[in-house]
Amino acid sequence: MSFGRARSRRWRDWSERGIRWSLFCASFFSVFVTFAILVILAKESFLFFGFEEVSIGEFFGSTEWNPLLGGEKHFGIWPLVCGTMLVTVIAACFALPIGLTAAVYLSEYARPTTRAILKPALEVLAGIPTVVYGFFALTAITPILHSIAPRFGNYNAMSAGLAIGIMILPIVCSLSEDALRSVPRSLRDGAYALGGTKFDVSVKVVVPAALSGIVASFLLAMSRAIGETMVVALAAGGIAQMTAEPWAEVQTMTAYMVQIFLGDAPANGVEYASSYAVAAVLFTITLSFTLVGRYILKRFREEYE
Amino acid sequence: MTLPSSFFPTPAHDARVHAVEAAPAVVVRNLNAWYGSFHALTDLTLNIAAQRVTAFIGPSGCGKSTFLRWINRMNDTIPTARAEGSLCLHGDEVLARSMDVVELRRRVGMVFQKPNPFPKSIYDNVAFGPRLHRVYSKGDLDLLVEQSLRQAALWNEVKDRLRASALSLSGGQQQRLCIARAIAAGPELLLMDEPCSALDPKSTLAIEELIEQLAERYTIVIVTHNMQQAARVSDTTAFFFEGRLIEWGETEAIFTKPTNRQTEDYVTGRFG
Repeated sequence: MSFGRARSRRWRDWSERGIRWSLFCASFFSVFVTFAILVILAKESFLFFGFEEVSIGEFFGSTEWNPLLGGEKHFGIWPLVCGTMLVTVIAACFALPIGLTAAVYLSEYARPTTRAILKPALEVLAGIPTVVYGFFALTAITPILHSIAPRFGNYNAMSAGLAIGIMILPIVCSLSEDALRSVPRSLRDGAYALGGTKFDVSVKVVVPAALSGIVASFLLAMSRAIGETMVVALAAGGIAQMTAEPWAEVQTMTAYMVQIFLGDAPANGVEYASSYAVAAVLFTITLSFTLVGRYILKRFREEYE
Repeated sequence: MTLPSSFFPTPAHDARVHAVEAAPAVVVRNLNAWYGSFHALTDLTLNIAAQRVTAFIGPSGCGKSTFLRWINRMNDTIPTARAEGSLCLHGDEVLARSMDVVELRRRVGMVFQKPNPFPKSIYDNVAFGPRLHRVYSKGDLDLLVEQSLRQAALWNEVKDRLRASALSLSGGQQQRLCIARAIAAGPELLLMDEPCSALDPKSTLAIEELIEQLAERYTIVIVTHNMQQAARVSDTTAFFFEGRLIEWGETEAIFTKPTNRQTEDYVTGRFG
């Protein structure tokens, strides 16, 4: 005696095939979109370099970026890269040490109840829309900086960098903490048994053992900072210049693209096309950060066992 | 069934068994220990002889590892663990609040069940303990690392690759490295918590031979589930059951003519 009706073999085979196809389509779709973006970036960049004002040599060799104003246009990418790097370095200098310190505290020092409150609170920071960080930079950080040193103007790299630093702090802290917590307890026991203090154990054993995960979190946070758009568009200003001064007004690659697409340039003009070339460079930079991060994670992963 | 007495004597072993007993390294009186409300050790009273090997045997959960972890206060890392009574290491009260735990753990080395080398070089593993406690010149540290590795019978296998990762060693080598690491800090007492349970028979033999050699310089306490191992390496054996010390004495006596019925059942393999 048996309950139910046997599933037909044919129906089973067909449904398996259908499931397989829908799974394939879902993964194909995401890969397809990525490739479509790449193709468009490549094609439009190619068109950009077709304009007579532009040459690849100038694009990668010149340090002057002046596409909109004045008579002679200059398309040297370096001022934009420089602005991006300045803002990113400021954000990193702020977020990486604080994020790692907070991660060590949460993982090694905090009581379970403290961690249960602090970690979600920190992760709320990650859910705030970036435009809010932009306003925060403009209306809170910039006035404070100005009151400390008047040379900080209305728009400056420091303000945007700090806001982005606050924004990427949860990424650094949360991912680093995961890496620290995954260090086996046996290593901590070994270090305590040799007479290590809590600080010895954290800094000399746990952090080095978790280094691959920590570095990966740094790189992920950096690529977020490089790609960040809203904060820099609002707070960093609009002058593309080669500078390392944190009080200077800078334009990043992303901010330039916002400027173009918000209508400062006629469509199909050379300025419009230039944003695609800038996007291609930006994409290459963030991609290399991601790849390096993955390599580091993989290369140093089996460190514990 | 009892083991034949020919099972025991090796010359070195005998000499130690009959050596004049010095002052005990550890004196324990009425030690009680808890994890939360669980009473893990009840009224423990025993001495651990200096420069000899003491084995703790007993079924899982009988309290032997708990006791071991009170000798160097490793249980401090467990928030719910607490202990009452007296546990003296060469006259110093280990359980006292005034006890400097960092100094205590320098004096009491520990080797764990699973080899746990740090993901650092072989050299840095051995140098870890010394560097925590003192500042050394490069030459002194090199010498200390070499001596420790020699004592752990590992020097010849690793002398050409001290900068290689400790994780490139085999399990048995890793455990000997952990012993070298414990020795390098300059302990008086070595605690070993089932040091061979994760090792193959050949590596186990190597560790057991090492324990015999180390006993000439250090007081050794070893927790083991392996009855033959306790019989082979130890001078004194203590049998724990359900948080109580049931019987302790010369290893040969415990294994050949135990006075307690539970001890006899356990050492002859009738339960446990």
